[in-house]
Amino acid sequence: MIAIAVLSGFVLAVFAPFVHRLTKPLSGWVLAALPAAIFFYFVQMMPQIAHGETVRAAWDWVPSFGVTLSFYVDGLSLIFALLISGIGAFIVAYAGGYLKGHKDHGRFMGFILAFMGSMLGLVLADNLITLFVFWELTSITSFLLIGFNHDKPRSRRAAIQALVVTGGGGLALLGGLLLLGVAGGSFELSELLASGSIAENPYYLPIFLLVLAGAFTKSAQVPFHFWLPNAMEAPTPVSAYLHSATMVKAGVYLLARMNPILGGTDIWELVLPVFGGITLLTGTLLGLRQTDVKQILAYTTVASLGLLVMLIGIGTDVAITAAVLYLISHALFKGGLFMVAGSIDHSTGTRETVRLSGLGKVMPLTALAGLLAGLSMMGIWPFFGFIAKEVIYEATLHHDPRMWITAVAIIGNSLMLAAAALVGLRPFFGKLLQTPKEPHEGSPSLWLGALTLGVLGVVFGMMSHFSGEYLVAPMASAIGGRDIHTALHLWPEVSLPLALSGVTIFLGFIWFWQIDHLRSLLYAATQRLWGPDHGSDQFLAALVRVSKNLTGLLQTGRLNFYITFTLTMLALTLGIPVIAYGLLPTSIVLPDVALHIYGVFGLTVVGALALLFARSRLQAILSMGVTGFSVALIFLIFGAPDLAFTQFMVETLSVVIIALVLLRLPVDTYDRRDFLPSLRDAGLAISIGVAFTSIMMAIGAEPLDLTLTEYFAANSYLEAHGRNIVNVILVDFRALDTLGEIAVVLVAGLAALALIKVRDGILTSPDANRVTREDEA
Amino acid sequence: MNSLILRTVVPLLVSIMLVFSIFVLLRGHSLPGGGFIGGLIAASSLALYMIASGSQAVRKALVLHPMSIGGLGLLFAVFSGVPSYFSDVPYLTGLWYEPEFFHISLIATPVLFDLGVYLVVVGSITAIALALEEWH
Repeated sequence: MIAIAVLSGFVLAVFAPFVHRLTKPLSGWVLAALPAAIFFYFVQMMPQIAHGETVRAAWDWVPSFGVTLSFYVDGLSLIFALLISGIGAFIVAYAGGYLKGHKDHGRFMGFILAFMGSMLGLVLADNLITLFVFWELTSITSFLLIGFNHDKPRSRRAAIQALVVTGGGGLALLGGLLLLGVAGGSFELSELLASGSIAENPYYLPIFLLVLAGAFTKSAQVPFHFWLPNAMEAPTPVSAYLHSATMVKAGVYLLARMNPILGGTDIWELVLPVFGGITLLTGTLLGLRQTDVKQILAYTTVASLGLLVMLIGIGTDVAITAAVLYLISHALFKGGLFMVAGSIDHSTGTRETVRLSGLGKVMPLTALAGLLAGLSMMGIWPFFGFIAKEVIYEATLHHDPRMWITAVAIIGNSLMLAAAALVGLRPFFGKLLQTPKEPHEGSPSLWLGALTLGVLGVVFGMMSHFSGEYLVAPMASAIGGRDIHTALHLWPEVSLPLALSGVTIFLGFIWFWQIDHLRSLLYAATQRLWGPDHGSDQFLAALVRVSKNLTGLLQTGRLNFYITFTLTMLALTLGIPVIAYGLLPTSIVLPDVALHIYGVFGLTVVGALALLFARSRLQAILSMGVTGFSVALIFLIFGAPDLAFTQFMVETLSVVIIALVLLRLPVDTYDRRDFLPSLRDAGLAISIGVAFTSIMMAIGAEPLDLTLTEYFAANSYLEAHGRNIVNVILVDFRALDTLGEIAVVLVAGLAALALIKVRDGILTSPDANRVTREDEA
Repeated sequence: MNSLILRTVVPLLVSIMLVFSIFVLLRGHSLPGGGFIGGLIAASSLALYMIASGSQAVRKALVLHPMSIGGLGLLFAVFSGVPSYFSDVPYLTGLWYEPEFFHISLIATPVLFDLGVYLVVVGSITAIALALEEWH
């Protein structure tokens, strides 16, 4: 059942364009049925998981490497699965309305469903390799989604940037997971979790760093935060889904998942809060600099991810509870706010906060959704976000008597409050301004999801008992690796956290009130700063430059150069062992064979000499043919009929084909080389010949090892019904190798065909290359 | 090449060589021969035909584009491994369904595989030779 829940997304993704075409005006709602069904499947698992049970399902995947396709449901993965499928259902419906009329609408629906499947697989995976595969799938599907408007250079840049950053992190993660599997003695997370911390293991530090690299790149922690705001080039449903509620939380999920295994050490409790705190401040400050609604939301997402990493790093019971509370409330309000931002953009044609005002009258339902989500993000009573903030302060106060972390949290939260007010409230109040399009309320698909998420933000807050028992406690226990019970209170006690909430709200409103000053201040401060965003461009440009130079150095486009280079390498590979092991023959013993065989030997020499003194090219080819045929004769005489046969045919065909080439190539009939090139070629030829002969003679001097010959002779008829062992090896014992070889033959044929057909240097012209390079940049 | 002798002899020679190439292909499992050699013989017979009667005649005789023949061969070779999936043995394990007669067992996956090798060799070489011949 779990496997169906995970994999059905991919199956439907394949058929999504057809389904879309069939059910056009309503395709969003039709396709949303699958995520909704998955959501309800996971909902019915909730009581079971809340009682502390776990569910595991496994299938053999690559048994020879011990890789299983296994899934594991506990409190942590269940809540993530609920968020992914539940928000996914609304997003699919939303995309149905948002992209109406887009030429690739059906394809988009496929991408987003495939992404949902990848994300579900990632959070439910039990096997580390399974987890990695789905982790990479989220990177790939998100590349497709960010670059969806692929005719825009900015989209392409953002997509490549996201892929390079998260893909690079993914490579590090693979290393970390493999090491973890070896160090922990199992590749199943459920077993690793059961056996607890590996902090004493000598591989702990590399595992920690590699896993951290994966998590930080995916979850956009400083200094890898830059790809996330750029990813806002994607259509808004993507931003609402991937870049708020799900994919960027994959890194947080990974850290939460690894907490019982890797957490609790000094370095964990140092690195995570420090980077998380820096990310929180960086995200909020850079966010308030922006005027584009989506950019503000993206930066506050970066900040929220920082906050979550910080809380997981603290690692106390309260901190983990706070992280869970904030994660759930963030998914609800940020997903909602993104959808609201998209609806506003869709209806007014602009996302600039300065031009958006008074929309509440024309878009009442969207306004309500924005209001609910905004208030939850601001942490106002009685929203879920409020409870989250209280617990966050409780956690930081307990942990850190010197108030460093608390101070960071207060500043970050207050800045985030200002951003929330800017996005969730301000567009809907005040005087209606002129916008590029006449504002109007969108279709239900555009506001229903945001409104539902907004309402849930209140409901979870009001029903804090229920959400505490069914959502927070199971997930927190799974993260902590121990039973964590925290009673949630909607009615706050009069205590320090409440006072800090008051301070936060007060500060937040000051920032909001002075937003224009704050923005210009921040803008002036950061405008001339070099940042990793620019750095990544420089890195990619440098990479392209280096590879271009390297290619220019090796790929000269001159056949002469290639052949000389290859043969020089051959001479070195053969010659170095000959000299190193002293294999040069000291004496030449003539073999004891009949006279006519000496005649055949003589023929090969005659052919070679004729080649050397040939005046025209055609003469040279024919001389080479003489040598080749004599060699085939030698094979025949010494009992290798298959080899001889092949050699005859190859010689015949080479002569035909080389003659065809020479008849048509614009080359001189006579070979006129200067003295130096002749000397170089001769030296090359002689050294290869000498080296080859020496090695062959050295091998011949050793007794022949017949083990393989005997094995094949004994088994080829019994096992493969054939007496010709050469052929049996080719088509049966080593058939896979042969398959590879004939594929190479075919591809080489295609390449030769292409080279012959493309005349006038169409492919090699530098202008053609330049066009594609610019296009990519 | 416009030579009366060649044009008269070649059709006869080509047909004999083609039959011989198939003979070599089929006997290869137990006696010298096989798909690779058979393919080379067939390719050289086609090259001979091309020299005598021109590239268009060869193309007409082949019906399919030579590269398609090669591709078909690769497809045969790939699919010859599929029955092993149903017999629960590793991919490309040879399977025989009939006892052999005249030293040749015809209903066997290695025969299909060898036929694939044969077609790839014929297709690739003939494609290159024809393209060179038609090059101006």
